[in-house]
Amino acid sequence: MYVAVKGGERAIENAHRLLAHKRRGVQSVPEVTLDQISEQLGLAVDRVMSEGSLYDRELASLAIKQARGDLIEAIFLVRAFRATMPRFGASEPVDTGAMRVQRRVSSTFKDIPGGQILGPTFDYTHRLLDPSLAEGYVPEAPATAEASAAPTPRVTDILGRDGLIEPSPQAEDGASVGDLTREPLNFPADRDLRLQNLARGDEGFLLAMGYSTQRGYGRNHPFAGEIRFGEVEVEFVAEDAGFAVPLGSIELTECQMVNQFKGSATEAPCFTRGYGLAFGQSERKTMSMALVDRALRARELGEEVRAPAQDEEFVMSHSDNVQATGFVEHLKLPHYVDFQSELGLLRKLRQEFADAQAPDAMKEAAE
Amino acid sequence: MAVLAHAEAGEIAARLRDLTLPPYQDLRAPENGLVMLRGRAGGDGAPFNLGEATVSRAAVRLASGEVGFGYTLGRDGEKARLIALCDALVQSRDFGGAVERDVIAPLREQLMTRRTQAAAETAATKVDFYTMVRGEG
Repeated sequence: MYVAVKGGERAIENAHRLLAHKRRGVQSVPEVTLDQISEQLGLAVDRVMSEGSLYDRELASLAIKQARGDLIEAIFLVRAFRATMPRFGASEPVDTGAMRVQRRVSSTFKDIPGGQILGPTFDYTHRLLDPSLAEGYVPEAPATAEASAAPTPRVTDILGRDGLIEPSPQAEDGASVGDLTREPLNFPADRDLRLQNLARGDEGFLLAMGYSTQRGYGRNHPFAGEIRFGEVEVEFVAEDAGFAVPLGSIELTECQMVNQFKGSATEAPCFTRGYGLAFGQSERKTMSMALVDRALRARELGEEVRAPAQDEEFVMSHSDNVQATGFVEHLKLPHYVDFQSELGLLRKLRQEFADAQAPDAMKEAAE
Repeated sequence: MAVLAHAEAGEIAARLRDLTLPPYQDLRAPENGLVMLRGRAGGDGAPFNLGEATVSRAAVRLASGEVGFGYTLGRDGEKARLIALCDALVQSRDFGGAVERDVIAPLREQLMTRRTQAAAETAATKVDFYTMVRGEG
């Protein structure tokens, strides 16, 4: 139960003033700029854009600065901002096959057309703290090599040509695309809504859920068929112009998991798929998303739903860190009246308990 | 027009400044909003909503009647207006050639240079596998 509480206005105002002061830190230290955040803390910006569900590097950088580096708070700020803007419509679906790849690896085939391209990665670093980065570090210019003009087809497209992997389900003509920012979530939820939910879901939550499937809670035997990161073009059919206009390009990470086969008396066995897609370079996020997407397909693939990661109501209701933080953190708001009524009840129960004990004690003493 | 969406407002403005432009008026003053970006399940399947992006749009009409539309990712209304202006100008018999030659072509070349450099840096991280041969010694 919530009741209006009066008072505290001055304390709140002064607390916010103190917060602004703490956010700035010691003023002899230069202030961090949005460009610095965007350029040098780029992966934090990518995460805030993904989970804030808004592609805008400058706004995400501002949110990180305002939130003092608390990424969930920054995501909350971005979500609140997007709610104030009108929506012009929806883009044409992006073509990740035509991505200008900056990184692309497959753990299933060594020799994939277009090759294994490591790009800017933490993989194979030794995870030793580097004191030279503390100040004034100037990196070497990147090495260059002649780029091949060969296309880099998706690994799943190559597997699909031989029918070794299930085809991606196609939309029925005229089917609308579910949007959980517009309609409340209902279960069972179709894959479009599940993917949207996972794409904006908390990376930590998805990581734990994905990890649980690997440890045996809803096993799905994954291989990272392909992970790619790079730039894709965005097109939007503008009503006023009457044709598809280019909006520019965005950076995306895509993960295709290749999972254990299915088959039946009428269908030849083939690999199944789990899919992950997120803004920016978000590899851990998309890998986790792909594991959980595959686990959540248990129902459609006729698998027994036994593990948390296979339970769409459990996963989808708890993946959103803005919702989760709202409910967890509301506990710190005044619950004085609630607590008073619990306290009154507890005192009454304790009195009843004491009264019930009392005659026994007297009897024992008499004996 | 994709080239213009990849350029900065300042770069487009600087190149337009060298041209003598015809009079024009705003049909739609620059306006910021959102576009829901879509992906496809599995990369090639049914579409789903991935998340939104900020987009700025504008429309202009030249005195000679050509209408241009400008759309771009981000919240730079001036850039949307400049794209709309270029879109209108390329349709005009008097200005189309000059805009293509003096604005769009150099920006395209700049974009291609940037992409070629990025592709070369990426290519250097491509793995060359070789097989270890078990030898006698």
